[in-house]
Amino acid sequence: MSIDKIRVQVTGIEQVAPLIREFQLKAVDAELMPFSPGSHVVVEMPDTPRPHRNAYSLLSDPRDGGCYRIAVRLQEHSRGGSRYMHEQVKVGDELWITPPANLFSPLWQASKHILIAGGVGITPFMSYLPELEREGAHYELHYLYRGKQTGAYREQLQQSLGERCFLYDADAGARCDLRELLSDQPRGSHAYICGPQSLIAGVQEVAAELGWPASYIHFEAFAAPQPGNPFEVELSRSGRTLKVAADTSLLEALEEADVPVTSLCRGGVCGQCLTPVVSGDIEHRDEFLTAAEREKGNCMMPCVSRAAGKRLVLDL
Amino acid sequence: MRMSPKPIQSFRDDFTYSNSPGAIARFPFPFPEDEYMYSVNIEPHVTPGPEGSVYEHLLDIDEHYLSEMHERDLVLKENPKRCLAMPHMDLACWDMIDRVMTCFAADYPEHFSLEREGDHWTWENKLLNIKDSFTFGDSSTLPMPPMEYIGRQVQGDFALLDQRDGDLFLDAGIVTCPADWSLAFDAGMSFKEWHGPVPLAHGMGVFDRALKYLCAISQGRPVRRLNWTLTINARMDTSPETYPQWGTDRASVTPDNVGEKVHLRVELQVLDRMSRSNALMFSIRTYLISMNDLVTNPEWAKRMHRVMKSLPPELIEYKGLTRYHPMLVEWLSRFDPAN
Ligand code: HEM
Ligand code: FES
Repeated sequence: MSIDKIRVQVTGIEQVAPLIREFQLKAVDAELMPFSPGSHVVVEMPDTPRPHRNAYSLLSDPRDGGCYRIAVRLQEHSRGGSRYMHEQVKVGDELWITPPANLFSPLWQASKHILIAGGVGITPFMSYLPELEREGAHYELHYLYRGKQTGAYREQLQQSLGERCFLYDADAGARCDLRELLSDQPRGSHAYICGPQSLIAGVQEVAAELGWPASYIHFEAFAAPQPGNPFEVELSRSGRTLKVAADTSLLEALEEADVPVTSLCRGGVCGQCLTPVVSGDIEHRDEFLTAAEREKGNCMMPCVSRAAGKRLVLDL
Repeated sequence: MRMSPKPIQSFRDDFTYSNSPGAIARFPFPFPEDEYMYSVNIEPHVTPGPEGSVYEHLLDIDEHYLSEMHERDLVLKENPKRCLAMPHMDLACWDMIDRVMTCFAADYPEHFSLEREGDHWTWENKLLNIKDSFTFGDSSTLPMPPMEYIGRQVQGDFALLDQRDGDLFLDAGIVTCPADWSLAFDAGMSFKEWHGPVPLAHGMGVFDRALKYLCAISQGRPVRRLNWTLTINARMDTSPETYPQWGTDRASVTPDNVGEKVHLRVELQVLDRMSRSNALMFSIRTYLISMNDLVTNPEWAKRMHRVMKSLPPELIEYKGLTRYHPMLVEWLSRFDPAN
């Protein structure tokens, strides 16, 4: 069966670090599906004036289908999803989530797994650890955080992982020497990084200097459907004007207005929905058009692409 | 119309395989236009699809169920290497067991049932008189390895792709009715490696785009596509391993027997993300229809003629049609008023 969204209820909220809250989610009408380590879900938040859709790693044991757990760090100056989660969401509330997707799974062939977490980036590794244990895999965890803000779960991790757990609290002056960390690892080790871009770049740089193959370095890249800004489209042939909301694709808006556009993949790869553009700047998000075609700016793939500005005129 | 399995027919030797009028009506005719070329023809497989159609359920079961399961048994007895699963794919095989059993029990409750109490599962397949209890995830509690166990109960070939670093690897499968490719040969290969022999499509960027799309498929959002070729006689097993048994069939086509010899072979391919392993399940459900049965639908007959007539030479060659292609076009031309 195809499943688009799962309705969940928040059954528990816990402050797990000064700026991080954990949410426990249970399915309202069905069972939650099992998932693979490193999976994330996209949580929809019905905020006004515009809803948020944020991706969060699942941090529960993948074999435990009873409940999903996610952890949300309050982002400073956020008017977006993290503030909504921290300030609006209460135990008993219902939310919609997508089924789990995974773009960050462990490579079981690795001779050793080196997990490097920065702050709230500990979350995907929380689902790795039970599986690595079950597989009897060789691994170690390096956890960089600021004790005044993040550092969730560190006591429990230190207890259960013992000497395979390395903690670096920047607020206590502890630094992680990436060169030392990556030197002398056994052949066939893979490194996984989840954290700020600076940490990812730092590991990549040192690893490259030490001669690690780039394919042995993995980092989390969420492919959550990026909502965009709302915009208007004018249809030059009929003279109609449509509004495209932030969480709606242009293709969906055209379909809702009964404007026929053929589509197939709805993911920017098949080329079926190619639509001629008369004017307006386009934010191309597809994989179909070539750079040269984009340059011309006279066509777009409405299943994923949007207006870069406030208005587009389509030849429809 | 709901299909119920009929008694066993053969896909070899005397070829007693036949399609009922109901099976012809629901045949997945693959040509939306008068010309055919490779493209990224992938779309969401939203179920339930139209009632009675091949798209109604995640995996389609039809009147040929018993015949195909019998044929699979014959092939596996001749060559057990048609089924394989690398050790790291064990969890993926169990994911597939979960997906197939859960869907079959929900979609075809008259034939299948599944009871689950924690990890203790009881599965009944009334069509094949199977009733087994086992511990989910523990391969020692099944009468045979998990891929073979489930593969022997579901129509169509299956591959399980391990996803690593933005690529897919053919690390497990059960393939007894392929359109001229070999699981043993392709095992362990990456998406572009096993597609190596396909002409034109690489240069068109088809595989680059398809791979990105496939890697992003999430749970609960399966996709599908159709692929096609032609086969002489209603032969399911056209594999390189058995080429000596069917290669010469192509020379047996004559202007008089095109209608019964030449079959359109359509594969309904469904790709579905597995829960625990993050593997992709690739199912290839093969439908065969003789030209005689196909031309009972005048629209299909006309379009088949046009597609065959305009087929690029590279595709004629790659699909192995060279020998009888002109004869087929000539035979089909009588059904095309434009001719
Ligand atoms: C991931 C699952 C897939 C598997 C396991 C698979 C496997 C194969 C294999 C084994 C062949 C035969 C190659 C040969 O000659 O040896 C083939 C052919 C082909 N595949 Fe795939 N494939 C997959 C997905 C796709 C997708 C998503 C596309 C979308 C464009 C595609 C397009 C093609 C085409 C165009 C051919 C040539 C078919 C013909 O002309 O008969 N495949 N595939
Ligand atoms: S529908 Fe496939 S590219 Fe838009």
